[in-house]
Amino acid sequence: MTSGTGSWLLAALLLVPLVGAAVVTALRGNDHTAKLAALAFSVVEFALAIASWVNFKPDGARLQQAFSFDWIPAFGVHISFAVDGIALVMIAVIGLLVPLVIGAGWADKLPEGRTKGGFFGLILLEQALTVGVFAATDVFLFYVLFEIMLIPMYFLIGSYGGARRQYAAVKFFLYSFLGGLIMLASVIGCYVMAGDELGKGTFDWATLVRVVHDAPLGTQIWLFLGFFIAFAVKAPLVPLHTWLPDATAEAPIGVAVLLVGILDKVGTFGFLRYLLPMFPAASKELAPLVLVLAVIGVIYGSLLATGQRDMKRFLAYVSIAHFGFIALGIFAFSSQSLTGSVTYMINHSIATGMLILVVGMVISRGGSTRVADYGGMAKLTPVLAAMLLIAGLSSMSLPGTNSFISEFLVLIGSFPNAPVYTIIATVGMVLAALYVLWLYQRIMQGPVRGDALIGAGGGPGTAIAPELGAKKAIADLNTREKAVLAPLLLLIVALGLFPKPVLDVVTPTVNATMCEAQLVDPVQSAEERPQCQ
Amino acid sequence: MTPTYYLLLSALLFTIGAVGVLVRRNAIVVFMCVELMLNAVNLSLVTFARINGSLSGQIMAFFVMVVAAAEVVIGLAIIMSIFRTRRTASVDDSNLLKY
Amino acid sequence: MNLAAEAHQASGVAGAAWLLLVLPAVGAAVLLLGGRRTDKWGHLLGSGTVIAAFVYGVILFFDTKSLPAEGRVANLHVFDWISVNSLDVEFGLRIDPLSLTFVLLITGVGSLIHIYSIGYMSDDRDRRRFFAYLNLFVSAMLLLVLGNSFVTLYFGWEGVGLASYLLIGWYQGKNFAATAAKKAFLMNRVGDVGLALAIFLMFKNIGSTQYDVVFAEIGKQSTGVVVAIGILLLLGACGKSGQFPLQAWLPDAMAGPTPVSALIHAATMVTAGVYLIARSSPLYSLPQAEDARFVVMIIGAVTLVIGCIIGCAYDDFKKVLAYSTVSQIGYMILAVGLGPAGYALGILHLLTHGFFKAGLFLGAGSVMHGMNDEGDIRRLGGLARKMPITFVTWTLGYLALIGFPFLSGYFSKDAIIAAAFGAHGTRGWVFGGIALLGAGLTAFYMTRLLILVFLGKPRWENLKSEDGRAYHPHESGPTMTIPMIILAVGSVAGGAILSGLLPAWLEPSVGELVETHGPLNHTVVSILTVGISLIGAAIAFAIFGRREQPVTRPQRVSFPVRAARADLYGNHLNEALFSRPGVWLTRFLVFVDNRGVDGLVNGIAAGLGGSSGRLRRLQTGFVRSYALSMLGGSILVIAALLMVRFA
Repeated sequence: MTSGTGSWLLAALLLVPLVGAAVVTALRGNDHTAKLAALAFSVVEFALAIASWVNFKPDGARLQQAFSFDWIPAFGVHISFAVDGIALVMIAVIGLLVPLVIGAGWADKLPEGRTKGGFFGLILLEQALTVGVFAATDVFLFYVLFEIMLIPMYFLIGSYGGARRQYAAVKFFLYSFLGGLIMLASVIGCYVMAGDELGKGTFDWATLVRVVHDAPLGTQIWLFLGFFIAFAVKAPLVPLHTWLPDATAEAPIGVAVLLVGILDKVGTFGFLRYLLPMFPAASKELAPLVLVLAVIGVIYGSLLATGQRDMKRFLAYVSIAHFGFIALGIFAFSSQSLTGSVTYMINHSIATGMLILVVGMVISRGGSTRVADYGGMAKLTPVLAAMLLIAGLSSMSLPGTNSFISEFLVLIGSFPNAPVYTIIATVGMVLAALYVLWLYQRIMQGPVRGDALIGAGGGPGTAIAPELGAKKAIADLNTREKAVLAPLLLLIVALGLFPKPVLDVVTPTVNATMCEAQLVDPVQSAEERPQCQ
Repeated sequence: MTPTYYLLLSALLFTIGAVGVLVRRNAIVVFMCVELMLNAVNLSLVTFARINGSLSGQIMAFFVMVVAAAEVVIGLAIIMSIFRTRRTASVDDSNLLKY
Repeated sequence: MNLAAEAHQASGVAGAAWLLLVLPAVGAAVLLLGGRRTDKWGHLLGSGTVIAAFVYGVILFFDTKSLPAEGRVANLHVFDWISVNSLDVEFGLRIDPLSLTFVLLITGVGSLIHIYSIGYMSDDRDRRRFFAYLNLFVSAMLLLVLGNSFVTLYFGWEGVGLASYLLIGWYQGKNFAATAAKKAFLMNRVGDVGLALAIFLMFKNIGSTQYDVVFAEIGKQSTGVVVAIGILLLLGACGKSGQFPLQAWLPDAMAGPTPVSALIHAATMVTAGVYLIARSSPLYSLPQAEDARFVVMIIGAVTLVIGCIIGCAYDDFKKVLAYSTVSQIGYMILAVGLGPAGYALGILHLLTHGFFKAGLFLGAGSVMHGMNDEGDIRRLGGLARKMPITFVTWTLGYLALIGFPFLSGYFSKDAIIAAAFGAHGTRGWVFGGIALLGAGLTAFYMTRLLILVFLGKPRWENLKSEDGRAYHPHESGPTMTIPMIILAVGSVAGGAILSGLLPAWLEPSVGELVETHGPLNHTVVSILTVGISLIGAAIAFAIFGRREQPVTRPQRVSFPVRAARADLYGNHLNEALFSRPGVWLTRFLVFVDNRGVDGLVNGIAAGLGGSSGRLRRLQTGFVRSYALSMLGGSILVIAALLMVRFA
């Protein structure tokens, strides 16, 4: 049941990392071959993602590149995949990040007895599953993948992480799994409703949207909450966030990028794909609740970020603040704010992904994750300092960087419908500048501080100066690290100046979502209103 | 000719068996009590077959006997091997399968 | 009210206006990406691109000047930037007299300061990076003034903030420089929130952020909306222009190298607030915006007094000049707050100030360059003979600033004071009086500077600088003196030339200059101003010129001096209101997050673990107890079945 080349592309997108995972794991005896194989597979996957983007027609059908097989015919469960504009860009981001993560983890030391093959194999497996989650169009299949994708991540944190990795991995798993179970109840609820309505239950997303849509408000609210809790844990919204700082702090750097950059996006993606179209009445009813949580997240995350002593925990709280913005945009119900949120999802992956990678490079030089162990590093490693600053500036949404576009769209789109929340979130802009510059000053500026740095040689191409004795030199970025950061840097600037390619793909899907959710833009004249089918 | 007496007898036997299983410690005695319960059930099965004028109850009784026989073979073997290793047939002494 | 002329599509020379942004931006990109390879010629590329932009700016200026007045406003669509359904923000430029004026100021003064920096930064091994940042600044500043919507303005607005952050923190190994840079960026961001909210309000009520549309539609909005937008824009202006209550960052920003102080923190970036209000003149000129204009005037007046008072007490050469900048921008804000009577005057003062203040800063840089970077004026003195060119150019700038007759400050500042007197009713007397008082104070603190730095005894002769070297003051090289001379010429002649031409030139952008007739006519105000300035200067002479000054600042001083030395407690206030509560709140929240929210989660986990541990005890291993529970269970099931059957 396929249609055209697009379906083959999507199928390949799902299969290549799966095969890759198997091959890389099989090659784990030899680290070097395994690394090369992993990189090759991830690059092929990225090329496929690009091809899929090119193949996608923004003005075409709601769901494209679809294919479907029966899975459990008795319950009407299918294995069916397709992409819309939102899923498409998310899959492209996954395709982009995984090769970079592999590149960044190239020379990492792994815990005793672990191999690169195992590590990269799990990453590729995770990639296949996340692509599946974004592309699934059967709600039951979505649920299954939503839960299964926890498993590779559990092992990635629990086997390859830092000192408290077991604790963090279990916490991560339980939090997400529990949320998922509640969602299962809602999924079954939807199935039953479809059965009552159509005579035969179904899990097909498009059908469910039509059926559940008109359910009475009370029912909608219960079903909404089931999905919402699962997604709010994933996203994460305050107060369901405490797994993220632990997981980020303990995960290896590359895994932290995947966790924050991709896995968490499933939550906000779920808001857009499942909550708004399936439960429009409940979404409107409960929007104030979500908006409050979102705005609290923005302020709370920002303040806590400034209060952290550990760089990786800092990154987690920064993300929590950003997810507040995304949730604000989604539940402010205008096409600008929704588009802003979708682009925020991508731009956050790029900007925070780069920030995490750069912080990882700092940590690999200084050997500590504590902020207090650093100072004045810009003198030793000017290029690294510049990268940290640029990633940070993007994180605080400076105009000219990609994040500005999304934050601007979220805020300007949210303002007409939710002015008070928007004003509070706008204050978050000041806090964002505060935490980014605070981190930059502590690590890069001022006199040189910290055991690893004091007395270390530095600067481009510096050898160990004789008077420094046995002290190891702190080298600036090497070619591999530059190659990892360069694509992100390029995208930060390019998407900041010319976001049109992304906006053009995302906006039609957002308009379709607005139609499904029975929403109308607050600022527009009647004749420019997009036509709903 | 009232079947009630047979049922009462069956209930009495079943109760004696159940209480025996709960209070006695000797594995052999417990085992025999279990047999007692099975036979009490057989009695009621046969009685109901008679009441309803159908043979299914009697057939069920045969099944129970066959199962009971099989059970006796295995159960006695287990009790024997426990007695050989632990020099006791008390069910309270073999409590290794716990938390 | 016919304020802004209709915009037409840019063509011909104006069609290439994007070059103005691209030239310096390319310079910055090459220097930053090229790294050490560009060390040898980096400063030349940096200066060259800005000079090229200046040349193009001049051509564009004459091209526009040759058009009839109503055809001088042009729009240039560069590309679609952010477009989502009804929100359509194009990346476009607006070439009109106001933006062209700024283009010339920015690229002109920018070129001079680039040239000056070649000499000033010659000892710095990262000079190339310095030029990259300066180029970045010029590009962002040009975008700020050329953008044709509030969003492009915002882009430039934050871009200059970034450049300013990088340059203030130039000596990033020193904590105070890093902190000053961070402080500047944060206080600017507070203002930016205002600007951002103003943009959101425009989108909500008007549906666009483009100047053309906004100014055409703003008149139809309610008073509340107009006043809110006006005040929010003013908040943005306060942040960028160091106006009360966000003035505290500007003096700290002097931690950057002196050319930066001259270009960014005197001549161009800090005047962006004035530009913003002048650009929004169609909004501020509305009758509904009366209250907003009044607030603008109050902010301007308060700031100009604060700046003067603090300027009188500081002993740091550049910080006195910084507070002088704060106070002069106060004059400009006051002027544009006057509405149609003041837009052109504010811009006029902005231009003349750009000349003489840049010159004064460059002079200060020249002095510090020759004096081992010594900035404490009590340790200077008698430098007039050692640095004649610096002395003469600096003195000309000084005279221009205090409004010496027929130098440039005389034309611009006096006009503002006269216009302030022309405001309606008692407001005229209050604002005029304050502006007049400010003129006297300005003369006082500037004369104090002049005496302590250039005249009197050379107090540095027996002292050593921080790094233990003796002072050997010497005149700077030609790359530094030539820009100073050019700026001095500008300070002398600028006012006389511009005051006649500027109002008519700016008319298509900010509307006609309305002459006001206050209780005092222009001549009387001029005489008063000059008189009060002379009195201020004379008092300064009497206090500082006749006695020998101590090399360390006297500690036993009266309360006003102490207050002024402490920035009138502005920093204390910020600290008490925002910093410290913020730190406490953060610590409290970290505690709550770790113990409260996460504690709850871990508590649930521990509770579950504990209760399962207890439940486990039920598995005793006694067959009989299992049998009992089986029996109990069967009885329950049977009882339940019977209940259902018979109940």
